[in-house]
Amino acid sequence: MSAEGTTPKDEGRDVVIRARGLAVGYGKTVVQRDLDFDVYRGEVFVLLGGSGCGKSTVLKTMIGLLVPLDGTLELTGASFVGADAKERARLLRKIGVTYQSGALFGSMTILENVSLALQEFTDLPAEAIDLVARMKLGLVGLRGSEDKLPAELSGGMRKRAAIARAMAMDPEVLFLDEPQAGLDPVTSAELDHLVQSLVRDLGMTFVIVTHEMASVFAIADRVLFLDKDRRTAVAIGNPHDLARDSEDPMVKSFFHREPLSEGRPA
Amino acid sequence: MQHTGPSETLRAEPRPGASVEARDEGGALVLRLAGRLDAAGTARVWGASEDALRGLGERRLVLDLTGVEYADGAGIALLFDCVQRAERKGGGAELRGASDEVRGQLELHDPDVWCGGPQPGREHAGLVVEVGHASVTAWTEARDLITFTGAVASALLFALRHPRQVRWRDVVRVSEKAGVNALPIIAIIGSLMGLILAFQSAIPMKKFGADLFVADLVAISLLRELGPLMTAIVLCGRSGSAFAAELGTMKVNEEVDALATMGLEPVRFLVVPRIIAAVVTTPMLAVFANLCGLVGGAIVFLSFGHPLVAYYRQVQGAVTHVDLLGGIFKAFVFGIIVAAVGCARGLQTGHGASAVGHSTTRAVVSGILLIVIADMAFALLYYALDI
Ligand SMILES: Nc1ncnc2c1ncn2[C@@H]1O[C@H](COP(=O)(O)OP(=O)(O)OP(=O)(O)O)[C@@H](O)[C@H]1O
Ligand SMILES: [Mg+2]
Repeated sequence: MSAEGTTPKDEGRDVVIRARGLAVGYGKTVVQRDLDFDVYRGEVFVLLGGSGCGKSTVLKTMIGLLVPLDGTLELTGASFVGADAKERARLLRKIGVTYQSGALFGSMTILENVSLALQEFTDLPAEAIDLVARMKLGLVGLRGSEDKLPAELSGGMRKRAAIARAMAMDPEVLFLDEPQAGLDPVTSAELDHLVQSLVRDLGMTFVIVTHEMASVFAIADRVLFLDKDRRTAVAIGNPHDLARDSEDPMVKSFFHREPLSEGRPA
Repeated sequence: MQHTGPSETLRAEPRPGASVEARDEGGALVLRLAGRLDAAGTARVWGASEDALRGLGERRLVLDLTGVEYADGAGIALLFDCVQRAERKGGGAELRGASDEVRGQLELHDPDVWCGGPQPGREHAGLVVEVGHASVTAWTEARDLITFTGAVASALLFALRHPRQVRWRDVVRVSEKAGVNALPIIAIIGSLMGLILAFQSAIPMKKFGADLFVADLVAISLLRELGPLMTAIVLCGRSGSAFAAELGTMKVNEEVDALATMGLEPVRFLVVPRIIAAVVTTPMLAVFANLCGLVGGAIVFLSFGHPLVAYYRQVQGAVTHVDLLGGIFKAFVFGIIVAAVGCARGLQTGHGASAVGHSTTRAVVSGILLIVIADMAFALLYYALDI
């Protein structure tokens, strides 16, 4: 683990996130354990699994909000664990996050929400910040709602505003927790397009939690499948391959949208 | 249905609804349920079934459902409860004669419970365990408080060294809400306090012909004690709770997490402006409360037929700058306490909307408690310093 963050390589690809023997949870409660995975630069990495299996928990550990209970987790070769304030700030600068509940600052307008990080961390003049923030909002289709408060937006608009805010500082990795929950199919597809073009044009890396299977097939390069009962990852790979080849009953029923048929008592 | 074995206990309920009947059959206890096992029917037979099972011993339990016309969730719960009891006693249980509908209900309701063994009930914790839990909680709270105080102190030092990094807009906004908007209530309570003090002290004072000294008493008690204390308590109820609710809501909505991952220290960003605002406004409010109180005292004084100038002279002779400044310094410390406790409780908020309400209550309760404790410390300190 080098503090300077020399990015490890794997088969010629940059590894942005590397987890080894990772266990996550709260205090003494382990939610997921023995996780080993790499996220490569420029890919869309999706966390899949049933409700309550720990996707958000894994995500929060990746962004340094929770401390790993065991194992190691590196973001571009450096770890949040034991990092001093400066190192932490450097790591945080590389990431953007949207939360499951949106988490927009309720007392600020949408534009102020997006501008906040720019105001705090850059020396850009006010006009420039304003312009950048408006551009980001335009990118997610929120032109015209700049001066509204989060409470005045619809659920889907709030999600998009949160994505604009996460992108404000042009991070290397974007973490999105259920960005598509509550979006209509058209907006949802537009979001897919946005993700794809950000990956293609800017080389951004995405870690996404979603239940939207259509979107998974459309944009995911690889998925990590978490199982609630076994408390660990049961599959990793391309979603098309997994849907075709996986023998795991949990994975199968997930991809084919069938209830798990366990033996019920007669 | 044929009744062969000797009837052991008979608890049939002839009313429409459900009934239960227990008898012994070849070493097994047969519990014969009949009728409609809906919420009403089940409630009627639940107690009887429990009574019957008390004499089960290690025998096997047979639940005969032949007579059951209908069962919903409540009925299934009864069956489950009986099976569990039998399994706990070791004899095991079986179901017999369930209709297709009842079978359907059985399958619909969580099959895991039927497969799994008996679930251990929640044990009532013993005294030792309770005490242990309480001490651990107290210890964690104390540790959290120390961590928080440290974080706030370092953030305040940082703000002192980098004043341009402070969110002054927030400071102004909070000062307005916590300070300016509190003026009416402070004015009312302050002047009433002066009135009350004057009236209450007038009776004994008059006895000694010393009613001129009512002015002294009002002035001293307000400036040294009641002005700052009352201001702090009002502030705690108004703003300490508001801070806890605001920050608690932000915590619940993951806004605090969002700040943290944007690299914006929540303490620096949310707590520091509130503490600065409270520290600036509380002493001013306390002075305002003193003034209002003195006006209240003056009204009573005038009503006794003394001239205003006498009141003025008395007050001037009774209190010194030290009294005023001592009170203001207390208000300054109370302001820090109110804001810090409100913010700390807000940031400690757990999950869900009810957690916000809980934090708000705790902010007010612990705020007032700490204010009074600090006031006590001040009383000792000022006494020792002979101020
Ligand atoms: N703050 C917390 N403290 C303790 N346990 C928690 C906390 N947050 C979540 N959990 C528990 O951790 C487990 C995983 O929760 P998590 O939110 O990560 O699930 P998820 O996979 O994101 O589910 P969903 O798809 O519904 O969002 C759940 O069992 C939950 O009860
Ligand atoms: Mg989640």
